[in-house]
Amino acid sequence: MNLEFLLISVLKIAAVIGVTLTIVAYTVLLERWVCAWMQDRLGPNRVGPFGLLQPLADGLKFVFKEDITPLHVNKFYYLIAPMITMVPALLSLAVIPWGSVLPIGERMIPAVIADLNIGILFVFAISSLGVYGIVLAGWSSNSKYPFLGGIRSSAQMISYEVCLGLSVVPVFMQVGALSLGQVVGYQANNMWLIFTQPLAAFIFLVSGFAETNRLPFDLPEAEQELVGGYHTEYSSMKFAMFFLGEYAAMFVVSALTVTLFLGGWSLPFAPFNAPATSLAVGLAHIGVFLAKVFCMLFLFIWVRWTLPRFRFDQLMALGWKVFIPLTILNIFATGVVLVLWGK
Amino acid sequence: MMQVKRPQLSFWEKTYIPQILKGMWLTLKHIPQKKFTRQYPEEKPPLYGEYRGAPTLVKDPQGRVKCVACQLCEFVCPPKAIRVIPGSREPERADANVEKEPDDFIIDMLRCIYCGYCEEVCPEEAIFLKRDFSVSGYKREELQFHKPKLLELGGVHEDSLWKWKYKGAPPPDAPAAPERQPK
Repeated sequence: MNLEFLLISVLKIAAVIGVTLTIVAYTVLLERWVCAWMQDRLGPNRVGPFGLLQPLADGLKFVFKEDITPLHVNKFYYLIAPMITMVPALLSLAVIPWGSVLPIGERMIPAVIADLNIGILFVFAISSLGVYGIVLAGWSSNSKYPFLGGIRSSAQMISYEVCLGLSVVPVFMQVGALSLGQVVGYQANNMWLIFTQPLAAFIFLVSGFAETNRLPFDLPEAEQELVGGYHTEYSSMKFAMFFLGEYAAMFVVSALTVTLFLGGWSLPFAPFNAPATSLAVGLAHIGVFLAKVFCMLFLFIWVRWTLPRFRFDQLMALGWKVFIPLTILNIFATGVVLVLWGK
Repeated sequence: MMQVKRPQLSFWEKTYIPQILKGMWLTLKHIPQKKFTRQYPEEKPPLYGEYRGAPTLVKDPQGRVKCVACQLCEFVCPPKAIRVIPGSREPERADANVEKEPDDFIIDMLRCIYCGYCEEVCPEEAIFLKRDFSVSGYKREELQFHKPKLLELGGVHEDSLWKWKYKGAPPPDAPAAPERQPK
């Protein structure tokens, strides 16, 4: 642990958080645009050219809103819940490889903050903390709608965490490592894992929708029934934290899907099928990764404005009766194939 | 009692996946389609036929105020939005047609219900509901439309019926009076 490593890591963390929060802010704009276009409307186009400064206006609005703390809440947990929602989403970005390497002079700087050898386990461990934020928000708000939202989200997120975890097991059986960097390296050398593990990719994605509380699984915040669910009692920046946390979680699931199934920074032709040898290529790899993430974010938005919300029993039935058996079957089938045909 | 037969779903229908993809294709198709948003302050909506907007006072083609302060509009106005303060006009004035004209003509746009009775009742065809529909102001006083404002909004009404002839000889650039069509 020398000073240089520390400095580079701090810089990388700053870059990742800065880029992520910008993307998150612009995802909100993209969401409003795509929603508008799908409904034959124009969407935000007033602030700045084409409405591109809309996220800035939204942010300012949140800052200047009155920060109301209702008298009936449990102050400590009420205050801490938005932070608990926001932080895990950003933490799990630490292990996601944004690119291959960035060769600067003689140094080869890996384009990942920490390539842990237990990468995906780290992500699951951290992202399962996210449910605490929502449950605490629902509980500490001390009123019925947030409470119902909190209950729903705990049931939903715990159920789908099982599917999420089980669905990626075949990926690691095939790759033979838990590190996300190695998963991407494998896909750069061979083919993208969505082609060999389509079922795993599908279940991972659907569970990801459920984990991020996005439609069609947004029962914890169902506006029509729960008046916004767990964040009913929140206003101003505290609400903005939930909002950003939700979109950051969406970004993380998109990034994970890209890393696990869509080849991360790689494309099946040179110079995108091997780690970078020059800085330009290294940056191009990051560009490829972000482009793929953008497509995933678009998919998230697209699905949200197409599908209606599931009923709660349908949601539970889908998770426990369909996805869990399917993932176990998928693990078994992958094992059989690996044993019979080898690697 | 009627027994409703449940439709037998095929395997793919039970998974919902084809329907979901169909729905997603539908929403995707809408993205490049024509948008129906009207960007309001810049793009005004089309107004059809006998649209009744804000009531205004008009002048005749010689630039004379047509209103003769008979106050019929004031009496007919259902919400009592109109107030006419009648006055007399010097008969020597070039723009005088009759001996009466309003000193002030006040329409309270906060009370006006755009019914058009004033236009209907006016014997001089001096008040018209124009097509202005966006009447707004920051103060209540701004929405009391007085005579100059009403005349400005109304402008000149190019009518075929010249009730009042020129006083004396018409000015050289005056348009010729149209012939009355016998019924």
